Amino acid sequence: MSSAHTKTEHGHADHNYLNHGSGIWSWMTTLDHKRIGLMYFATVATLFLIGGFFALGIRLHLAKFGAEPLLDPDTYNKFMTFHGAIMVFMVIIPGIPAFLGNFVLPIQLGAKDVAFPRLNLASYYIFIAGAAIAASSMIFNQVDTGWTFYTPYSTAKTSNGVILLVLGAFTMGFSSILTGLNFIVTTHKLRAPGMTMDRIPLMIWALYSTSIIQILATPILAITLLLIGAEKTLGVGIFDPDLGGDPVLFQHFFWFYSHPAVYIMILPAMGVISELITAFSKKTIFGYRAIAYSSVAIAAVSFLVWGHHMFVSGQSTIAGIVFSIITMFVGVPTAIKLFNWISTMYRGTVTFEAPMLFALGFMFLFTIGGLTGVFLASTGMDVHFHDTYFVVAHFHYVMVGGTLMALMGGILYWFPKMFGRMTSDLGGRISWVLIFTGFNVTFFPQFVLGAMGMPRRYFDYLPEYTNLNQISTVGSWLIGLGFLVGLITIIHGIFKGEKATDNPWGAKTLEWQTSSPPPHENFINTPTVTAGPYDFR
Amino acid sequence: MSWSSLIPATSFMPIQATEIAKEVDLLYAFLIIASLVSFVILIGGMTWFLIKFKRTSLDQKSAYITHNNFAEFLWSFIPLVIMMGIFYWGMVIFEKLRTPPEDVAAEIHVTAEQWAWTYRYANGKEFYSSANDPMIIPAGKATKLILTSKDVIHSFYVPAFRTKQDAVPGKLTQLWFEPKQPGEYIVFCTEYCGTKHSGMMIKIKAIPSEEYAAWYHAEKKGADTPADLGKTLFAQKACASCHSIDGSRVVGPTMKGLFGSERKFTDGTKTKADENYLRESILVSSAKIVETYPAAMPLFQGQLSDEDVANLIEYIKSIK
Repeated sequence: MSSAHTKTEHGHADHNYLNHGSGIWSWMTTLDHKRIGLMYFATVATLFLIGGFFALGIRLHLAKFGAEPLLDPDTYNKFMTFHGAIMVFMVIIPGIPAFLGNFVLPIQLGAKDVAFPRLNLASYYIFIAGAAIAASSMIFNQVDTGWTFYTPYSTAKTSNGVILLVLGAFTMGFSSILTGLNFIVTTHKLRAPGMTMDRIPLMIWALYSTSIIQILATPILAITLLLIGAEKTLGVGIFDPDLGGDPVLFQHFFWFYSHPAVYIMILPAMGVISELITAFSKKTIFGYRAIAYSSVAIAAVSFLVWGHHMFVSGQSTIAGIVFSIITMFVGVPTAIKLFNWISTMYRGTVTFEAPMLFALGFMFLFTIGGLTGVFLASTGMDVHFHDTYFVVAHFHYVMVGGTLMALMGGILYWFPKMFGRMTSDLGGRISWVLIFTGFNVTFFPQFVLGAMGMPRRYFDYLPEYTNLNQISTVGSWLIGLGFLVGLITIIHGIFKGEKATDNPWGAKTLEWQTSSPPPHENFINTPTVTAGPYDFR
Repeated sequence: MSWSSLIPATSFMPIQATEIAKEVDLLYAFLIIASLVSFVILIGGMTWFLIKFKRTSLDQKSAYITHNNFAEFLWSFIPLVIMMGIFYWGMVIFEKLRTPPEDVAAEIHVTAEQWAWTYRYANGKEFYSSANDPMIIPAGKATKLILTSKDVIHSFYVPAFRTKQDAVPGKLTQLWFEPKQPGEYIVFCTEYCGTKHSGMMIKIKAIPSEEYAAWYHAEKKGADTPADLGKTLFAQKACASCHSIDGSRVVGPTMKGLFGSERKFTDGTKTKADENYLRESILVSSAKIVETYPAAMPLFQGQLSDEDVANLIEYIKSIK
């Protein structure tokens, strides 16, 4: 904050949160939000590698390079299920909020920690427990339902591993709720003096909106998953038509959580992008209020659109039409954000370090993801595209192209603050080129496959789909290589990176006003805020 | 040839075997153009700014611009109008896809199971898809499918017709199409249903409608038509003691002309008597009580198989 009067002195250069207490035990019992954030980082990164392994397996199988199929149908379906469940529940949902959010939110607010540090640590262990329970289904009793667990397939026709997987997701849900609760209270109660609600950074607005979704929607998922368990073990007959239940009811429950969950994945990413665009354009964000309120608007509307996953489920035509029109409304706040980010670059002074490249990559991919979402929101069009590769391409553009690009950009952006060292800019750029290129090579052909009619979750397909599938597979290797380079860049940065200054990017938000890495309680002296968060004058 | 054929992306779509497929593709072509224009405005604009406002020296200053109400209003309002247009266009097509015409030339009961489809014609002809029999339908005339499933949810997807519908256990859903030309069209299952999900493929074979009529009547019918079986069941279950078939009023509503008529219920709601309504009224009669009638009918849930219900419905449909 250039015009802000911030009375922060640098901590003793040799004393920071990383060396405040040493040994593994000091990490495992830490109440410091920054350390907890890093523990999430390590966990999520590991899970991401496992989920990525399944993804590469799926793609390699679908390329049909050999005469023999690489996987048998059951194994393929299990790969598909674990890829989806791990990536959604264990990587993309917790990725930005639990890792970057945990690290950044209190510092950006000028707080010493989150409101409930013990609860924060508990959230982490609940997440670990949930992930462990879910992962045990990989060992004991594998699941082939797909990550959506549609009934009656999940309750009547497949192994009991489903119970482990949904119990794991159920448990991780608590972690998500508690983190959300913590962020909301922290945002309301622990802002530095002078930091009014219209002076909080946009990352915070995004995390705040996300937290609202987390605490309102996640309980619905919890109940739904418990009902699956009850249905499977006790045969209560809520979803089983033979007992008078309704299998489509499950879809309503499931999407009532899982559609808002899409915004749990993308809103924090939008927060990261807002930070990156303004920092690397060296210019005040354009339309602060519009961006902030559009986050809240997206969060609100996200609860009213779940039925657009069900246009051909047997739900009534009128319901389909109502869900279609409400879904179209989501396009507006999304467009507002894109226009505001682009306007921020107008008459700025833009630089292109690796984090900015990821932000620009986000804009490119998310725009394609968003526009193709309009195809799917339109009922007459969706009937053809529903459950085809068009949908697969669309949501990968949004979730992977959106969230993972933002996550990578965010890691590289806040890396100097986390570790007091810089990552290699060249490493970051190479990683970006590979991921960005690979991503388009992998997923753009899938739009075409979908238009041609290839359904998703297919072990085998018609010969006319072969070429595009092979191109897609080659693209997936580029993505894999790109993340590998990214990982090496990060590890290299942690141990061998150049020493970072306190504010290497010349950004304005509070986290850059303390030392890199910050001291145990973030600031030596509590900062006082006198202006908005992006005052580049 | 229309303007939409100028859009290369439409060439990836499967053949347009129905009129509706053409309409869907027109919307698709429009969406492609609208998306390209939006993409160029957004990403092109961004790229232009990136080049123009690239930082060239360390002491360069950015402009200080915080917002612009007029611009922000425009880029909220214009997308909203476009979205509403797309919504409306999609809705018009959706309603056509979802509303079968009054008279259909063929009506086929389709039952899905892991991993096959069974189709049963009104005269009792029945085919099991794993025997590789295509579903024979008349070209140039409307066919209506009444779908259900024996086990898990499946979905009946005909890319060439741009239409699909889930087959849900415990429920009847419907789908209709009218292929213009004779030909063979692929049907995929698009709701994940287990190990052989991708192998659950059948073909629809549309033949000229005279040929269809000959085929339909030629071979020996099944022993009894579904309607015949339903008639027997109607007698066995003593339905006639409460429901007349000649239009007279007994305890419950008459069956005469019931199918397709509008029903008004005691709670003030209304519905058209379609297959799903009949199914619900047979199994759980208390769900909807027709005005001026008592809630007297026993529940048949658990006592009748899906096939029994389908037969009864066919019988009721035949009482005109």
